[in-house]
Parts: sequence; C-alpha cells; structure tokens
Amino acid sequence: MDDRIIDRTAAGLAADIREGRATSRSVTEAFLDRIDAVDGEVGAFLHVDRDGALATASEVDAALAAGEELGPLAGVPVAVKDIVVTGGMPTTAASKILEGWIPPYDATVVERLQAAGTPILGKTNLDEFAMGSSTEYSAYRRTANPWDTARIPGGSGGGSAAAVAAKMAPLAIGTDTGGSIRQPGAVTGTLGAKPTYGSNSRYGLIAFSSSLDTPGPVARNALDAALLHEVISGHDPRDSTSIDAPVPPVAEAARSGASGDLSGLRLGVVEQFAEGAGAAEPGVLDAYLAGVDQLVKLGAEIVEVSCPSFSYALPTYYLIAPSEASSNLARYDGVRYGLRSGDDGRRSLEEVMGLTREAGFGPEVKRRIILGTYALSAGYVDQFYGRAQKVRTLIKRDFEATFEQCDALISPTTPFTAFKYGERTGDPYQMYLADLFTIPTNLYGGPGISVPVGLSDGMPVGLQVMGPVMGDDITYRVASALESTQDPLLADTAPEIEGK
Amino acid sequence: MTKLSTYEAAMAAYEPVLGLETHIELDTGTKMFCGCPTAFGAEPNTQICPVCLALPGALPVANRAAVEATMKIGLALNCRIAEWTRFARKNYFYPDMPKNFQTSQYEEPLCEDGYVDVAVDGDHYRVEIERVHLEEDTGKTLHVGGATGRIHGATESLVDYNRAGIPLVEIVTKPVPGAGDLAPEVARAYVTELRDIVRSLGVSDVRMEQGSLRCDVNVSLNRAGDAWGTRTETKNVNSLRSVERAVRHEIRRQAALLDSGEKIHQETRHFHEATGETSPGRSKEEATDYRYFPEPDLAVMEPDREWVERLRSGLPELPRKRRERLRAEWGLGELEMQSVVNADAVEIIEATVAAGASPTAAVKWWLGELSRRANETGVELGELRIGPEQVAELQGMVDDGRLNDKLARQVIDGVLADEGGPAEVAASRGLEVVSDTGALEAAVDEAIAANPDAAEKIRGGKHAAAGALIGAVMKSTKGQADAGAVRELILSKLG
Amino acid sequence: MARLARLEVTDDELDAFAGQLDVILESMQTLGEVDTDGVEPTSHAVPLVNVFREDQPQPSLPRDAALAGGPDTAEGRFRVPRILDDEE
Repeated sequence: MDDRIIDRTAAGLAADIREGRATSRSVTEAFLDRIDAVDGEVGAFLHVDRDGALATASEVDAALAAGEELGPLAGVPVAVKDIVVTGGMPTTAASKILEGWIPPYDATVVERLQAAGTPILGKTNLDEFAMGSSTEYSAYRRTANPWDTARIPGGSGGGSAAAVAAKMAPLAIGTDTGGSIRQPGAVTGTLGAKPTYGSNSRYGLIAFSSSLDTPGPVARNALDAALLHEVISGHDPRDSTSIDAPVPPVAEAARSGASGDLSGLRLGVVEQFAEGAGAAEPGVLDAYLAGVDQLVKLGAEIVEVSCPSFSYALPTYYLIAPSEASSNLARYDGVRYGLRSGDDGRRSLEEVMGLTREAGFGPEVKRRIILGTYALSAGYVDQFYGRAQKVRTLIKRDFEATFEQCDALISPTTPFTAFKYGERTGDPYQMYLADLFTIPTNLYGGPGISVPVGLSDGMPVGLQVMGPVMGDDITYRVASALESTQDPLLADTAPEIEGK
Repeated sequence: MTKLSTYEAAMAAYEPVLGLETHIELDTGTKMFCGCPTAFGAEPNTQICPVCLALPGALPVANRAAVEATMKIGLALNCRIAEWTRFARKNYFYPDMPKNFQTSQYEEPLCEDGYVDVAVDGDHYRVEIERVHLEEDTGKTLHVGGATGRIHGATESLVDYNRAGIPLVEIVTKPVPGAGDLAPEVARAYVTELRDIVRSLGVSDVRMEQGSLRCDVNVSLNRAGDAWGTRTETKNVNSLRSVERAVRHEIRRQAALLDSGEKIHQETRHFHEATGETSPGRSKEEATDYRYFPEPDLAVMEPDREWVERLRSGLPELPRKRRERLRAEWGLGELEMQSVVNADAVEIIEATVAAGASPTAAVKWWLGELSRRANETGVELGELRIGPEQVAELQGMVDDGRLNDKLARQVIDGVLADEGGPAEVAASRGLEVVSDTGALEAAVDEAIAANPDAAEKIRGGKHAAAGALIGAVMKSTKGQADAGAVRELILSKLG
Repeated sequence: MARLARLEVTDDELDAFAGQLDVILESMQTLGEVDTDGVEPTSHAVPLVNVFREDQPQPSLPRDAALAGGPDTAEGRFRVPRILDDEE
C-alpha cells in the first residue's frame, strides 16, 4: 500500500516532483480522486477546486521542466480551511451569512501558497466562524472523524484535520484561536501546529478573535508541517500585528528532532493541568504519560512547574474571544456582501439587518456575540472584559516565568478523545472544556503543537508541546523526536476508509 | 413652530456655555488604514479596497503621515503629545460605516490639553482644547425617494464608501463659559482660527463646503451663579456663518424653553441652513453604548520625543504670528486687523495686495462693499464671484482715475453677475469717468448757470458751496465724472 | 443585548441562551477571585509599537469587483432599505 501517492509524506512527494519521479499533476489528481472517493463519507470539504488545483499543478510541472528552481513544497497540494480568503473561490467561514460570496482578493497565506507552487485542492469545513470544538456548528455539513465516522473530528478545524487524516490532502491550512488546529489534530491523529501569534499573517483570515487568531499547518508528521509552516510564515506589512523577525528554523528543528535525541532539553509539566474537573480522562492520561516516558528515554528532563493563573484561562478566553468577535462580526449586515434577509421593500434597514443576522448566524455564533456584547457593555466592561485582560497578563507572566525553568511545556492536547455527534452541543460549557489545555497558549501568544502520542479505546490522543514566543522550533523538535519512537507513525495507522 | 426668545432677552437672563467638536479630514494621499486614494468627487465606490470596504479578513495598517499630521495639529494647538497612545473600536451599527465599528481613539488620544486664543471686538478669549484624536471617516449615504434628499421620508438609500476610511481628526474643546452675548461670535472666531491654523499646517484643505471641516456645536444656558445647564449638540454645522447662527438659535430656543419652565433635553439636533434653525434628531429609546475597547488589529503608538520635537520645530508661521506681521506690513490698528480676521478676510486681502492693490484699498473693499454684498446674499467672502485679482484690477482703475467709487460699485455689480472682469464690465456697461475736458467744462458751465446763488457764494470765497455744483455736475454726467476734477474746474472758473 | 448586537433572536432561542449564558457567566465570575490590583491589561498577544505604512497609494478594487458581492446595488452604490436612525 506504500506505493500509493496519497500515503506518501509531503516532503517525499515534493522530492519526487522536484526530481522528476512524479508530476505535480499526477500527485494532485491522486488527491482529487481520493476526495471524490471518500469525502462523501468524511465530509471534510465545502468546496473542491479541481480545475484550479490542476492548473497550478501543470504550471509547476512546466516550470520544473523549464529548469526553474522552485520552493521545497512546489507541486504538493494543500487544502485550506474555509475561513481563509481565497480570491475567486467561495469563502464562507461555514456560515450562511457568507453563502455564495466570492472574494475579490487573496489572503497573504494563500498568496504565499501560490508563490510556493502548492495547488489548492479546495476549502475545508469548520465550525461557523471557527467557533466550536467539533465542527458540528458548520452551517453546511457534518464532518466525520476518519477513525470512527460516528465521532466528531474536533473543531473548529475539523475539515482540515479530517482531510489530512483521511489522506485527501497531504497538507492543510488551519487557524487556531483557542485550539482549533491542535485539538482537531489530537482527535484525528494528525499533527497540528499553532505558530507564534504574529509570525504568520492574519491578512485575509476571517477574523474571529483578532488578538488570538493564528493560521498554521496541519500534516501527518512534523517535517511536513514545518515545511508548510515555513512557506506561510514571515513578516507581512499588511498585518500590523505581524512580527518583523526571521522565521524560527522549524524545518531544521524537525529534521534534527528526528534523530531522537532530546538530551539537555527540560520539559515542564503544568501542575494546574492535573487538577479539577478539567483534568484529562484516564485513557487520555495513560497515552500521554506513555509519551512522556518516551520523551524521558530520549533524554529530556521533566520538571513540574506551577502556573496558578492557568486555572482561569477558560473564563478569560471566553470573555476576550467573544468580545472581539462581537465587534469583528458586526460587519455582516447584508449591505456590502453576503446574505440579506427580510428585505420586502417595506421593512427598515435596521429590521433587515436584524433579520439578516438572525437568519445568517447559527446558535453558537449568536451565543458568543451576545456574550461578547454583554462583556463589553457599559457597567460590565471592567468586571468582565477589563478583568479578563488583566488575568491574561498574569497568564503571560506564568508562561514567561516557566520558560526560565524549562525549554517547553508539555500536556495532553485535549482532556478527552473524539466524542460522538451531539454529545456536547446541548451544553456549551462542556464543549468549551475541549480547549482547556490549548487556550493558555493562545492567550500568551506562543507556539503550540499537537503530535499524535497514542490511542485510548482506539481513538487518537495528542501530546501538546508549548514553546516560548518565537520558539516554534523547539516545539517541532520535540514533536519530531516523539515521532521517531513510532513505527509506523501513529498518523499513518488510521483505519482505511473504503468510500466508493 | 419653535418658540424663540429675543437674543437680548435671552442674554439678559442666562449665561451660555459653549463646546465645539470639530472634525477635519486630512488631505493625505491615501486613507487612514489602507492605500486607497482620497480624491474628492471621484465616481462612487471607485476608491475602495478590501480594507475600507471591510471585506472579511482585511486588516488595517495606520498611515504614518496621518499620525504625523495629527501631532502637528496638536502641537499648533499647544497640546501635549501622548507618550503612549492607541486606537480603540467604537461599536455601533450604521450602513455608511463598513465595519459597523469606527476605528477611533478613546481614553488615550494622541494629543491633549491645549488652547486656542481668539479675539472678538477687542476682547481676547482662550478656548481650551481637551483632546485631539485620530479616527476614520464614514461613507456617504444618498437618500432616495424623500422630498428633500434627507433621510426623513426616504424610501431607500444608496451608499458610496469612497469617503470611508479617510483620516479624520477630531478636536474637542473643553466647555467654554464666559463668552456672554458674544458666544456666537466666539464660536465662529474659534472655528475660523482653527481652520486657519490647520490650513497653515498644510495638512487639510479645510473646506467646509466640501465637508473637510465639520462642526458639532454644544450649547447650554444657565442663570448667573447656577450650575451649567443641560447641553444640546447640534451636528454638522457646515459653514462659519452657520456656526454663529446655530449658537444664536440654540440660545434663543433654549431661553424660551427655560423661561416657560421647561427642561432642556440632552439631545442631538440638526441645523438647517435655509432657516437657521435647529431641529431634534430622532430620540433613541436607549442611550447608545459604544462598547469601546482597544483595537487589537493595530499596534500601540509611542511617538518618541525626538519625532515630536522635530515636528514642533518644523511648524510653519502660525496664523496669529502671521497676522501680527501682516498688521504691521499693512499699517492697520489692532481693532482693524481684528475686523479683517473676523470677516475671514486675511487670506483674501493678502492675495489682493499681492495682486497690486494697496493694503488700505484692499481692506476697504473687502471689509466694506464686498462684506456687505456677501452678507446680503448669505455667503462667505471667498464664495463671492469676485476674487482678489479682480479687486486689485478694480482698484487700479480707481487709482488711474478711470473709475470713481460709485462707478466701481457698479462695476462690482457686473462682475458679480458674471459679466466678466472689471475692465470688460466697465467697457460693456459704459462705466468710465468723463475725462473729456470739453464735455466736462460744458457740464460745469451749465451747472453754474443753473445755480447762480451757489456760484455767487463761491466767488465770495465760500468754497464749501462747491458741493452743490459738484452734485449737479455728477447728476448730469450720471456719476461718470471724477469729483475731484470737477471741483478743481469749478474753483478755477469761479476763483 | 441582542438589540445592541443587532440580532433578531426568537423567544425560544432567547430562552435557551439565557440558561446557557448563566452557566458560562458563572464560570466568568471566578475571575473575581483573582488579585489583579496593579496588573496592566493585555490587549495584544505580542506587543508591537509604532507599526505604520507610508502614505503611498495602492490600487483600489475595480468598481465591478467591489460591488459584485453586494446583495443589492444601484447607480454604482450599495442600495439599502430606508434608514430609521437619524444619525449622520
């Protein structure tokens, strides 16, 4: 089965294309065919751009034939989360309010993919506006977990994770606001990396929470993710929060980590993550601890660290993110683009705006808009939004103090494995707990990676590595080293989806 | 019908407190947060991009030139420039605001605590500035289907976002008490001074008629010794004259309400150019809650002191200094200069002098005849259909003896009626001083013959009696004679 | 809140939200336990200062492209129903 194109790594495919053993067109076609075959069952894509992807592939093939030097991922196709703006290709954020919108511009991430010669296979499903942890809040379709199609693929980037897990794409772009790359990675047995905030441009990323959103790579292994990371990273003058500094050498770190030597590295375990109602379920904890043992065998030293403010990360996040979202989502009013509802020629603009937003937004989005509006309103802003910003400072301080004692932190990525459909939609708070371990990193701004570490009752478990700001390379090194202990890679052992 | 007190009665009973919020569009080449051009009068929706149209995913980047221009304004208004400042989002829904929030500044404005000195009728007033901050303009909405193009009665509206995102500087005064019955004039003088300062900085064309300077006028009244009253905010008062009228109207309206024991509602009002009145905006059931919070998409600003000092030392000669210089150059008294300033005539007189007129003549025309004409038609001096070049030309004709004052005024009629320049009008209307000595002598002889008594008095040495004869000559020549020449001729004949 | 956020929410939705929001707000209240005296608020994940662009024009969108997404356009403008608010 290793002869199949879709089973190969992105790095391997790139080498094949570069060295003439395969064409980008044949590789891209293989993934498009795979999408045709299995996406009916998985439901990862909202839009597939066969013609566009093949056109890019042919251009790459022609350029290579002409002897041009192309980037390290040239010709390898990528799937893009449908919250990233793609010029000329529908972009919906999985919301009815953007149904049919064809953007007239490209996100920086997309421009960089194009410049790197990576064909874009299509747009992947997500929770509406990236608000959710199961992709159940997509307005369009349900996405299945390839490991068990009765279960959710995580969220919000369930589509990107499922596409990679089911080998419909070797690589995918996700976005991470509170865990939306890492948590789906963990529950689908794929690797997801949230880069340092500001190291990857947000220009063209449909905003959920501006001070938290970060685009990043999804792959089946650390090196592939690192190669994609380097393609999309780097300063962008169109994003005022973009860091003007060299991209951390993540591909190099992934290669060096593959040697399996972590000696001299100190990894911190956060005391507070083991406490209280949010602690990981036993099966997750077992798989995670087995992974920690492996890291120790590779030479890492484990130290226990205390981050008292982490206990308040969840409420802090659920004040800051909805507050910013309530403002970011105000633009969807049916005037300039997207849905307009209830315009019968008699109603006022105000009524039509209200009806448009009622019809266009799903329940979780409305819930967060109301929550955010409340948290910012006069009389509550100090108690809620203002206080959350202060606690955010304390969380950052905890991280900074911790990185005086160790090189990176590790934890389970998420407290539980993929749950069944509908299990948590009735209780938003239970859903929010899925991001308990991933949220602190977003509040801090540093990098986080989720690498598959084992199984619990046959479902994948992820180990999270959290690094200091601009220390993305350390997280890749640890992830890659952990992968070196797996043969075959856990990500490659997903049950085969037969499809049609 | 709005009840109004007379202005005198209102002033006898109450003391006004003013407050002015002025918005000035900067004339940067590009918008505040994107690279779209800012040209006035472009075809609708041709100067918009993902950022200023608020397309999903687009992000702002602040225009350095706009930040710098704002600091220049702050420095010229004697403000302190913040060492740490940032943008904030002001959240409210309105269709001409693409994001449904305005990127503005809240608790940390770029400039704070300044002042502007203005003079009215020889008295000096210091108007204190609370803050100068930077924000973005909104689009423009065209109301369709109503009778007047106003929002009321319209069946639909059409939105053009070309203006959306143009840098806008908001200048807010502290409350201005103590202007007394000169409050309308002080308000006008402040806006005039502000406009001149900003114009001298070269950061905005500050054209009220194009909306690049817009004024909101706050007025409250209180009885002497009482706490300040409830204020109203009259929005979008868009000419200097309207600023004065709006204040005057609000004083009269509020005084009438207070006289009859009614309360003033804190509300937004609209000014109507045609009537000079204000009317209430639609009252909201609930106060708008803007839910300000720091703009996460923009970095904070820390203008370093070296930058600030460089800007300060690069400020041009400000209007106050310039006026002192011009006053000396023109040989005017302080009060006379103040009249020039209050008539908003500094620039125009300077241009007239530059075009060749003497300062005295330029001042005489613009503050006299031309101010009268402007008042009659309710326009600013600059809006008259006669310009500095033409006034200088006119005065040249007077100096050459080709026109006298009376004829010159008739030439002005013609120029204002778009009949051409002064020379053309004089030619086409036949307005020239009679310089044909033969014709003039005949007219003088005729006048002497017709007024023997006056002639006798002059022969007796009473030269003052020449007036009657001069009048008669002027009448018979339809004013086209030079009065001085006529006088000399009469005296030489009867001397 | 719904009105402020310009959401027409049905009564059923509102009922459901009210209960859910109570649970969430209860969790938020725990922030009251944290001693934040003298702590500076964090508004940006990674603090950057003085990020500006130069005043150089960039191409705008072609008008057709700018208007293409609009639900209703006329005369080169975005058409909207009559506006109630009297705020300009």
